[in-house]
Amino acid sequence: MIEAVHNSLGIPILSIVTFLPLAGAAVLLFVRNAGLVRWIALAVTVADFLVSIPILLNFDRTTYHMQFVEHYQWIPSWNITYFMGVDGISVLFVFLAALLGWICVVASWKAIEQKVKEFMISLLVMQTAMIGVFCALDFFLFYLFWEAMLIPMYLIIGVWGGKNRIYAAFKFFLYTLAGSIFMLIGIIVLYFAGGETFDIIALMQQKFSLPVQLWVFLAFFIAFAIKVPMFPFHTWLPDAHVEAPTAGSIILAGVLLKMGTYGLLRFPMAMFPYATSYYAVPIVVLSVIAIIYGGFLALAQTDIKKLIAYSSISHMGFVTLGLFVLNATGIEGGILQMLNHGITTGALFLCIGVIYERTHTRELAAYGGLAKAVPIYTTFLAIFVLSSLAIPGTNSFIGELLIITGAFGFNKVFAGLSIIGAMLGAVYLLGMYKKIALGEVSSHHIREAWDVDGREIAAMAVLALFVFWIGLNSAPFLDIMHVSVNHLIEQMNTVHGYYATIK
Amino acid sequence: MIFDIYNMVLLMPEIIVLSGACLLILLDLVLDQNQKHIIAYLSLFVILIAAAGTWMFAGNNSGEILGRMFTVDGYSTFFKMVFYLSTFLAVLLSINYIKVEGVERGEYYVLMLFALSGMMIMASGTDLLSIYIGLELMALSIYVLTGFIQYNGRSNEAAMKYVILGAFSSGVLLYGISLVYGVTGTTQLSDLAAAVKEQGSMDLALVLAIIFLVAGFGFKVAAVPFHMWAPDVYEGAPTSITAFMSVGPKAASFAAILRVFIGALGPVSVNWVNLIAALSIVTMAVGSVVALSQTNIKRMLAYSSIAHAGYALLGLVAGGPDGIAAVMLYMLIYTFMNMGIFGTIILMRKGNFRGENIEDYAGLSKVNKGAALLMLIFLFSLAGIPPTAGFVGKFYIFMALIRNGYVPLAVIAVIMSAISAYFYIRIVMLIYMKEPTREFDLARSPANSLALAIAAAGTILIGVLPAWFLDLAKNAIFPG
Repeated sequence: MIEAVHNSLGIPILSIVTFLPLAGAAVLLFVRNAGLVRWIALAVTVADFLVSIPILLNFDRTTYHMQFVEHYQWIPSWNITYFMGVDGISVLFVFLAALLGWICVVASWKAIEQKVKEFMISLLVMQTAMIGVFCALDFFLFYLFWEAMLIPMYLIIGVWGGKNRIYAAFKFFLYTLAGSIFMLIGIIVLYFAGGETFDIIALMQQKFSLPVQLWVFLAFFIAFAIKVPMFPFHTWLPDAHVEAPTAGSIILAGVLLKMGTYGLLRFPMAMFPYATSYYAVPIVVLSVIAIIYGGFLALAQTDIKKLIAYSSISHMGFVTLGLFVLNATGIEGGILQMLNHGITTGALFLCIGVIYERTHTRELAAYGGLAKAVPIYTTFLAIFVLSSLAIPGTNSFIGELLIITGAFGFNKVFAGLSIIGAMLGAVYLLGMYKKIALGEVSSHHIREAWDVDGREIAAMAVLALFVFWIGLNSAPFLDIMHVSVNHLIEQMNTVHGYYATIK
Repeated sequence: MIFDIYNMVLLMPEIIVLSGACLLILLDLVLDQNQKHIIAYLSLFVILIAAAGTWMFAGNNSGEILGRMFTVDGYSTFFKMVFYLSTFLAVLLSINYIKVEGVERGEYYVLMLFALSGMMIMASGTDLLSIYIGLELMALSIYVLTGFIQYNGRSNEAAMKYVILGAFSSGVLLYGISLVYGVTGTTQLSDLAAAVKEQGSMDLALVLAIIFLVAGFGFKVAAVPFHMWAPDVYEGAPTSITAFMSVGPKAASFAAILRVFIGALGPVSVNWVNLIAALSIVTMAVGSVVALSQTNIKRMLAYSSIAHAGYALLGLVAGGPDGIAAVMLYMLIYTFMNMGIFGTIILMRKGNFRGENIEDYAGLSKVNKGAALLMLIFLFSLAGIPPTAGFVGKFYIFMALIRNGYVPLAVIAVIMSAISAYFYIRIVMLIYMKEPTREFDLARSPANSLALAIAAAGTILIGVLPAWFLDLAKNAIFPG
């Protein structure tokens, strides 16, 4: 087996970054004071973020092998192991999840008043599951993290959400479950087709027969497409986003959706190259539909959160477009855009949450003149809105540019159509900004709104830092994934060559 | 037939349980009404002694006795442990509960011990007749226990229905056994296996016999279309007995079913595998779909239990060592999680309040966080969401199915399991997301807490570290 063991730190750092939040949640069980609960949750998530930094710093970007590997026996009779490791693709998302972890705690500081302890426990359990998904290299372990996430997220939406929260929580739960059970069947089929192993690295080196590829690809695709969500599986997302509390929306947009695209990249694309090229065109078509349709839907919204939710569908369409044009430029753009979308949309939901705490409305019509009332807030909002519509100098510009460039290498028509989507983005995002921030102060709510405080500035400033860092100097981020992406493409081409010869 | 005193030692656990039960009847005569709980503690003690005995025989002292009607092997040991566990937990859950119901009498525990010994004989039975005797001993005790709340019409009605339908199904089963004997000249399982192998699968009388056996056993595990009794009986019986009969007798029936179908009738599996597959599909479907519309939690859990029987039947369809081990592990896991959920229902029963409507659980988390969290764990486990034991159980069933090429069946099963997730998480929703409509006054007792702690520990432990339990099941399958 060619899994080079690069554990350059000598400690099981991936397990630490994964399970630290869970340990924090266990501690919280015994804490009664709500104020103390908040501080402990913040301390745990900040510590987790600090742990994730050395992973990124010590990451060896010259190899595509899994790094910081931990491999132990777990369930020997099923050949299941506790197998953790990251490569240039997943390491970025471990970092993203750890970054958004403490931002979620900050965003919930005042917004969550009821059952603070239960909320923070759910949030921390959620973080363990999310980071675990990106680190797991054993399918059983992966599936465990993937599904375990349903329970806390169901509670976060259903207990602390808005008016229609129960409906949204059910919809989220059942949609996701319906998708992932097919993946479960796919995983077990692979287990037997690949020589009784759940080892993801070993399975990637298998050459599966064509029927297995075509069917299991679909099983995985349904699970991940629902999570992304791709058109036509997207209807759960607006409900979930609108009803979820701010932290829930940040997690959803920032990390959960990325689990879908990460899954697509890691499993079906890497394992079933034949099926990937077989299904590439239909998936690209769905992506382009999502870009344009999501854009038009966003244009029609009057609720700010719903608007951003539909813009997410459009932006995630760009990501899947980038992945399935099947060239290095597109895939790198797709991965970078996953990161960008996590930061920018996470930040936009944070902004909505911040202003909602003050005005208690999300109706666009109720807003106006925020720039006069809360200038610091409006500045940050401007940064994230511009980032979201991919103005040069911000992170999303690099991502979308790479994706569209990659798409031109695939098919000029689809690339051209996706540009329409990008233009729509400018229309609805600038329109939103104009209605919220410019003009006369519309109501006494807004006049009385107080500007952002220190903890909110801290969270927004860190996210804004990444907006410009990636926007002005994306090389370090692209470098991290570069070798892994090339390896993925190489793997797809060689295996594809193999299938070309047997056909 | 050689009557060997040394070999009678193999019967020791059964002898302990039966003689313990008989002694407790006598003891019951001299105890005052306020001392009846002593019987409960002594029954727990009897169960532990018997369990220790069974554990000691495990491995080195296996063998067949009583003219090869009764065998002690790893398989029977595994199932007996499941029975001890379910009876132990059911007794713990009963101590306070039957006091609340006002039917605290010594016979209650004695009947449970009789049922336990019946189940033990079923797991060890290697002859259709000894299996039948065990089954009747178990069933008769449970008929009485179902109607134990004499002043309650529902309890009486449930017992009446159960007796009549149960007697009918026993008749069907016995008729099937007689046909088997007519066709093959034997009821001993390994002789039967040899006989049917020789005879081939074309014999129509054998096909008829198999249909009768399927119907008879199908009734005991409440497989559709033989499930009609289950909702009424589950609803009417004392909740502690509902808990008991939803796990112990069900596991015992599966122990017998596996031995009879895979062990003895394995050579002619073409005759029954499609029948069982069809049965399991309708069982899962009816169980999952009808449960959606229930308003009484005990009725809902009756349908849930029907659906779970459907999953377990899939293990029988899959067959092979994995199919057998998957059903065994499923029964163990089901014992933990189902006992757990019934234990929390029993907590609600206090004074005149029954706590059986699903709506009664609204807002429980606001009042009692511990009970709410326990229900959350058990319900997610019943729904098969990781990292709980329920997921591991289903996972193994699906693995066994796919290994043997039944992928479409596995797909149907996961769809059903997604449907059934709805009614489990609906209760979680009520507990966590609704406001309480009334004061909660939970009937907490140390015994009940202990039972819940055991159930929760098992549900989580098997979910996270299944390796040991898995190997236990795998190493305990019968040769065949």
